[in-house]
Amino acid sequence: MSQTQSVAFVRDSMLPPEPPPTRASGAILWLRENLFSGPLNIALTLLGLGILWLLFSTLWPWLSHSVWNANSMAECRQIIAAAHGPDASGACFAVIKHRWNQFVFGFYPVDLYWRPVLAFGSLFLALAPVLFADNPRARRIVIGLAAVLTFLISAVLGANGVELGAMAVLLLAWVALIEARRDWALLATLIYPFLATWLLWGGTLWEPAMVLAGFVIGFFVWRALSAYGMFAFAAAVLVAAFWWLALSDIVARGIATVLPMRLTPVTSDQFGGFVLSITIGVAGIALSLPLGIILALARRSDLPVIKMMAVLFIEFIRGVPLITLLFVASLLLNYFLPPGTNFDIILRVIIMVTLFASAYMAEVIRGGLAALPKGQYEAADALGLDYWKAQRLVILPQALKISIPGIVSTFIGMFKDTTLVVFVGLFDPLKAMSDTIRASFEWKGAYWEPYIFVGSIFFILCFGMSRYSMHLERRLKRDHR
Amino acid sequence: MVDYPGAASPPFRLSMLIYDRRYRSLTIQAVVFIGVMLLASWLIDNTLRNLAIMGKTLSFDFLFRRAGYDIPQQLIPYTSDDTHLRATIVGLLNTLQVSILGCISATVVGVVVGVLRLSNNWLIARLMTVYVEVFRNIPLLLWILVILAIFTETMPPPNAYRGENPAASMVMFDMIAPTNRYTAVPSIGMSNPPGVIALGREGISWALIAYAVVLAAAYVAHRLLRKRAKRIQDATGRRPSTLWISLALYLVPVALLTWYFGLHLVPPVLKGFNFAEGLNLDNAFVVLWLALTLYTGAFIAEIVRAGIMSVSKGQTEAAYALGLRPRRTMSLVVLPQALRVIIPPLISQYLNLTKNSSLAIAVGYMDLRGTLGGTTLNQTGREMEAMVLMMGIYLLLSLIISGGMNVFNSRVKLKER
Repeated sequence: MSQTQSVAFVRDSMLPPEPPPTRASGAILWLRENLFSGPLNIALTLLGLGILWLLFSTLWPWLSHSVWNANSMAECRQIIAAAHGPDASGACFAVIKHRWNQFVFGFYPVDLYWRPVLAFGSLFLALAPVLFADNPRARRIVIGLAAVLTFLISAVLGANGVELGAMAVLLLAWVALIEARRDWALLATLIYPFLATWLLWGGTLWEPAMVLAGFVIGFFVWRALSAYGMFAFAAAVLVAAFWWLALSDIVARGIATVLPMRLTPVTSDQFGGFVLSITIGVAGIALSLPLGIILALARRSDLPVIKMMAVLFIEFIRGVPLITLLFVASLLLNYFLPPGTNFDIILRVIIMVTLFASAYMAEVIRGGLAALPKGQYEAADALGLDYWKAQRLVILPQALKISIPGIVSTFIGMFKDTTLVVFVGLFDPLKAMSDTIRASFEWKGAYWEPYIFVGSIFFILCFGMSRYSMHLERRLKRDHR
Repeated sequence: MVDYPGAASPPFRLSMLIYDRRYRSLTIQAVVFIGVMLLASWLIDNTLRNLAIMGKTLSFDFLFRRAGYDIPQQLIPYTSDDTHLRATIVGLLNTLQVSILGCISATVVGVVVGVLRLSNNWLIARLMTVYVEVFRNIPLLLWILVILAIFTETMPPPNAYRGENPAASMVMFDMIAPTNRYTAVPSIGMSNPPGVIALGREGISWALIAYAVVLAAAYVAHRLLRKRAKRIQDATGRRPSTLWISLALYLVPVALLTWYFGLHLVPPVLKGFNFAEGLNLDNAFVVLWLALTLYTGAFIAEIVRAGIMSVSKGQTEAAYALGLRPRRTMSLVVLPQALRVIIPPLISQYLNLTKNSSLAIAVGYMDLRGTLGGTTLNQTGREMEAMVLMMGIYLLLSLIISGGMNVFNSRVKLKER
C-alpha cells in the first residue's frame, strides 16, 4: 500500500506553518481589536487620549518642577523660578517633608513618638495569627517586617535605651509566641487592645488591665456556671459589672502604689494626624464587627420584641448622617450621662463611629444570613445544636464568609469617615492638619501638596483593604462551582 | 417536649419560663425589654437633671423667634427678619436641592462610566477603572476640599472677564462663567409671562402650573395608549408601535407652551464688577454638587457594571433564539434582570448622597445642618431641641426616599409564584 509515495501529486509531508499575516498578529492586531475596531471605538480612543493629554499637560509641568528640600513656600518658589524660569509653577513637596511628623503624629509629644509606633507596629503582630492563619510564609514576612521596622523607627525617632530594650523584649517574645504557640498568640491578640490603649494614652497600666480583668473574671464565672445555661451568662455579666463599678478602681490604685508601671499621660487633644485616624478607625472596626453580628442576629431573631428593637436602632442610625451623630457626641452626650461626668472626646467619637458602622455592618451580615439556604438552619437544628452553638458552628462561619466584600467595604467607608472628626474639633490629617500647616507663615499657600499626600495615603490603605478582601474571598471559597 | 397536635400540653409550671423553649422566649424578651427601658429611663432622667442644673427647659419656642442671620442661597424668599423656622425650611430646601440634583447627575455619570468600563476599548476601560478606584478609595471630604481649592485658587475673579481683551473667557458657548466666588449660569426668561399666583410671599408662576398640567395629561394619555396597545396585542398578537405617538404626546404640547410663553435662556452679562441678568450660583453649592456627583458616580458605576455583568450571556442568546430583535432583547430581557440587581444598592447610594450632603459644612453651604444645626443652634443655645429636630428631619427624608424606592423596587422585582 505504498502507492502514496509513488504518486507525484500526493504530498507526503506536512507543510511548515506559515507565519500569520502581519496585520493579524502581535501589537497591530491588539491595537485593531482593542482600540480601533469601529468608528465608535476610534472616537472613544481619541477621547481617552484627549483626557490623558489634558491631565498630562496640566499636571506634568507642575509635578516635574517639584521641590523636595526647602524650609518655606517662598524658598520653594525661588528654587523653581531659578531652575525653570520666573513663570514656572511647581509642586512644593518640601512641606510634606518639613511637617511629616505633624501629619503622622499630630501634636503628640515628640519624645514619646515611639509609643504610637509600637502600638501600631504590634497591631500587625496581633493581626498576623488571625489574618494569615494558613499562610506561614506571608505571616513570617509580616511579623518579621513589623517587628524590625517598629524597632528601627522607634530608634530613629529617639526612644531611649530602656524603652528600646523593653520594646525588643516584648517584640521578640511576641514573635516567638506567634511562631511557637498559635493558640496562645490569639490570647495575646485579645490582650492587644488594652496594651495599645495604655501605650497611646499613657497613665498607669493597671487601669486598662483592670478593665481586661473584668472580662477575664466574667469569662471564668461563665465557664464555672456553664451548666446553668442562661443563668451563667447573667451571673457573668453581673459579676463583671460589679468588678468594674466597685472593685477595679481600688485594686488598680492598690497595685499602682506597689508597682506603678506608669507612662507619661497624653491627653486626647494632643492626638492628631494619621495616629488619630488610625486609632479611631481600628477601634471602630474592631468594635463594630461583633456589635454588627449581634444586631444582625437580633434583627433575624424569632423574638418580636428583640427584633423590633434591632430594627429601630438600625434604621435610626442608618437614617441620619454621621456628622449629626458626631455632633451628638460632642454636644449632647454630656446631657445623657449623670451630672458631672465628662469623658474623653476621642472615646465619645469612637463610640459614635462604632454605633454608626455597626448598623451598616448588621445590614451586610443580615444579607449574608438571608443568603444561606434554609437547609443549613434545619441541619443545625437536626444535629441538636442549641441556638448559640448553631450560630457559632454552622451559620455564622458561612454567613460571614458570604458577607466579606460588604464587611470590608463598610470598614473602608468607616475609615474614610474618620476624616469627619475635624468637625467636632479633632485634628484629622486631611482638613485640620492641612489648615494648621497653611496657617503657619512659612507654608501659606500650600494647597495641593497636603491634599495629594493625605489622599495617597488614604488611597493606599483603602485600596489595600479592598484587595485583601478579594484575596480572602478567593481563599475561603470552598465550593468548586 | 412533645409538640404534635392533640398531645395534652403539660400543666404550666414556673420553671418552664426557663427550661421550656416555648416560654423561655417570653422570659428573654421581658428581661431585655425591661433592661432597655431601664437604660432609657436612666438616660432621660440624666437629661432632665442636667437640663435642670443648667436652668433650661425643653421647648421649641425658639423656632418662632427672629433668626437674624442671612442665608446666601435660598429657594424661597428669606431675610434675616424671618423666624428660625423659616431659616430651617430654607436649609431643608437647600439640602433637597443639592441632593436631588446630585442624585440625577451622579446617576448619569455612574451609568456612563459603568457602561464604558465594560467597553471593548482597552484605553477607555482602563481610564474608567482608574476613575472609579481613585474616587471610591479617597474620602469625600478630600474631593470637596480639592474642588473647592480648584474653584477658589485657579478660577479668575469676576472682573477678569472685563474689558476688550479679558484675561478669562466664558465657556460653553459664552453661557457659563466660572469665577472664584460664584459660577454665573444663564437663567430662564419669558417674553410673554403669564403672571404669578401669590401665595403669601412665595409665588407660583402660571407657566409652571401649565407645564405640570400638560405633562400630567400627557402621562395619562400615554398610559391609555399603552393599555390600548396591550389590548390589541392580546387580541391579535401584533403590538402597534406606540413610541412616536408617546413622544409626540409629551413633546408637542411642551414645545407649544414654550413657544407661547417665549421661553429662552438669559445669558449672564457683566455689569460693573459682577455678573448680572443670569443666575449666580454660589460656589459652595457648585463645589458640593460636583464633589457629590463625582464621588457617588464612582459607586454607581460599580453597581451598574455589576448589574450588567450579572445577566448571563445565555439570556441574550435565548432571546435571540426566540426571534426578538436586539432592541427588544435589551428592553424586555436584559434590562429588567439587570435593574433587579442594580436598584437596591442604587437606593442606598441615593440615601448616602443625601446624608453626605451634610458635608456642606466643609464649604459653608447653608443646608439643614448649616441653618438649624449650625447658626440657629449656636445663636439660641438649644442643642437638644435643634439636634433632635434635625435628626428627625434627616430620618424622615431617608425613610421617604427608601420607601419610595422600595415601591419602585417591588414593581421591577422578579414575580415569583
